[in-house]
Amino acid sequence: MIALKTLPKEEKRRKGMIVINEALCKGCTLCVNVCPFHLIQIADHISSKGYYPAKFVDLEGKCTGCTLCAIMCPDVAIEVYR
Amino acid sequence: MGKKTLMTGNEAIAEAAVQAGCRHFFGYPITPQSEIPEYLSKRFPEVGGCFLQAESEIASIYMVFGAAGAGARVMTSSSSPGISLMQEGISYISAAELPCVIVNVMRGGPGLGGIQPSQSDYFQATKGGGHGDYHVLVLAPSTVQEAADLMMEAFDLADKYRNPVMILGDGFLGQMIEPVEFKRRSSTDRPARDWTITGAKGRAQNVVKSLYLKPDVLEQHNLQLHRKYQKMIKNERRVETYLTEDAQVVIVAFGMAARIAKTAIKILREKDIKAGLVRPISLFPFPYQTLEKVAEKVDKLLVVEMNLGQMIEDVKLGVCGKAAVHFYGRVGGMVPSYDEIVAEVEKIVKKKR
Amino acid sequence: MKKVFERPKSMYPVSTHYCPGCGHGIVHRLIAEVIDELGILEKTVGVAPVGCSVLLYNYLNCDMYEAAHGRAPAIATGCKRVHPELVVFTYQGDGDLASIGTAEIIHAAARGEKISTFFINNAIYGMTGGQMAPTTLIGQKTTTSPFGRTSEEAGYPLRVSEILATLDGAAYVARVAVNDPKNVIRAKKAIKKAFETQMKGLGFSLVEVLSQCPTPWKMSPSEAVKWVEEKMMPYYPLGEFKSPKEEG
Repeated sequence: MIALKTLPKEEKRRKGMIVINEALCKGCTLCVNVCPFHLIQIADHISSKGYYPAKFVDLEGKCTGCTLCAIMCPDVAIEVYR
Repeated sequence: MGKKTLMTGNEAIAEAAVQAGCRHFFGYPITPQSEIPEYLSKRFPEVGGCFLQAESEIASIYMVFGAAGAGARVMTSSSSPGISLMQEGISYISAAELPCVIVNVMRGGPGLGGIQPSQSDYFQATKGGGHGDYHVLVLAPSTVQEAADLMMEAFDLADKYRNPVMILGDGFLGQMIEPVEFKRRSSTDRPARDWTITGAKGRAQNVVKSLYLKPDVLEQHNLQLHRKYQKMIKNERRVETYLTEDAQVVIVAFGMAARIAKTAIKILREKDIKAGLVRPISLFPFPYQTLEKVAEKVDKLLVVEMNLGQMIEDVKLGVCGKAAVHFYGRVGGMVPSYDEIVAEVEKIVKKKR
Repeated sequence: MKKVFERPKSMYPVSTHYCPGCGHGIVHRLIAEVIDELGILEKTVGVAPVGCSVLLYNYLNCDMYEAAHGRAPAIATGCKRVHPELVVFTYQGDGDLASIGTAEIIHAAARGEKISTFFINNAIYGMTGGQMAPTTLIGQKTTTSPFGRTSEEAGYPLRVSEILATLDGAAYVARVAVNDPKNVIRAKKAIKKAFETQMKGLGFSLVEVLSQCPTPWKMSPSEAVKWVEEKMMPYYPLGEFKSPKEEG
């Protein structure tokens, strides 16, 4: 879980963002496929569960919080903020 | 009611269920017990009960599972082939520890067999029938009155042990008409059932299940069931002894066969053969101790069954080699006559041992 | 920013035992979301099947039964007849519902039993390791149809929704999928409608969900969601086959 007030100032100006719970993610890539801005990638490290988890990379602040990734996530591993 | 009424065994069983507070019945028609669902389909609307004729015995027993899990006083009834179909569910119900009453009005088997009375489901009823290490409490009435009495008590026992209770009768008992009185029950209170499915309101989730994937947990579950069966064995053995005090030969029989044996015993005593009877009423738990005691005084026993020798195995366990155990049985819907039993006893009395 | 998507309250905060990409997790979440939205957690009862979703009671926190294979509709019937005020649903796979449990589901629907069934059709037996299901497509390879299912040997796949929609007792019957976000949103609407049909006392309701089963299909999750659309949907068309009259 992420506490919003601890986020850096520039994060607060974003339209949307997601938080992926690595302990739940199984790296199935269904979220990767549906993100309209291709902001989700598969990480190159192995999670405690033994999967290559999904990671959220939004350097330009493109995420709109559209929730498509969370809607497809079979493991309810994604929380969306907007 | 409080006064004597003429009823068939099947009707008496059904009325006893109503008077014991049973309000849910799920079943499927089969001879020779169809009068039970017929009676309840008429009677339940008067008391606000739910009668449902299911699509099969398999569905019936799982409707019983669902209703028992939801906390209802619930029953089903069937006859041998239908009870076979229910065995899977009886195993699940036993595993999930759900109280319910199952009536088996036995008919001749195996297979489709026939529709005439039989006692050939003794093994199935007392030794499991379904898979896994479990027991059903089995009660075997021999009169219509006793069928009604045991039926009422069966619901309390089911609640007490959270276990299925089976009333094991036969087509004879189900179809014959006798006077019966429905005795006022001392208490209709049921034990607390905080494990039931009622919706998780103001409490954590309840789950009614039989799956335990971890072997150590499943072992513990089995051991807990076993302790429960040990309690039944300690508390619920029921047996009638008749003229065993001075007996030189003792007949062991249950249900309808025991009733016929009583007539044979009267005739034998007129012929100066001192015969007695041990009639197990609870078939699980079986009254081994009574037979052990009888075998200390009598060296000849005759087991009479309407099968080819099922209860005899339990009799031999009780007797434990202390007396000779003989057998007489008729099968396929044929019922032993008292003359046949008299002749059989006369034969074994003449034997050295 | 505020949280606009989170785990529904009716779900435990735990990881599931399902394979990566499995559709079960999505359907579990949709059911939990609908239970939350309708505010019926305290009066909802689920019946879990035998199959991969046998442990459903570890994920949803309403009262639950765990049924024998195929018998969930009978157990749900027993419960509903005792507690008509509860909202009772079964969750069943294709082996459970469309093979061993055909009698129970057809008669629950025919009786108009006021329960809801969520039927997960992934055209294969997942838990036992990928054997042929009654819904396996013609030509589909499984561990017990290694050369592909043929109609000569194994007959034809069952279209459960179409069969049940012919029964007068069935008030709401729909087939949905969870292969893409649009279909997931539609699936949720159907699940909600099924619960509402039950709560209005209109009769039996069933939602068949075409679901991806990547591991036994021997596909990546991305390939699996495509396979649902390209192979399953032509044989199992999506849509509402029956809907309560008052809603047109």
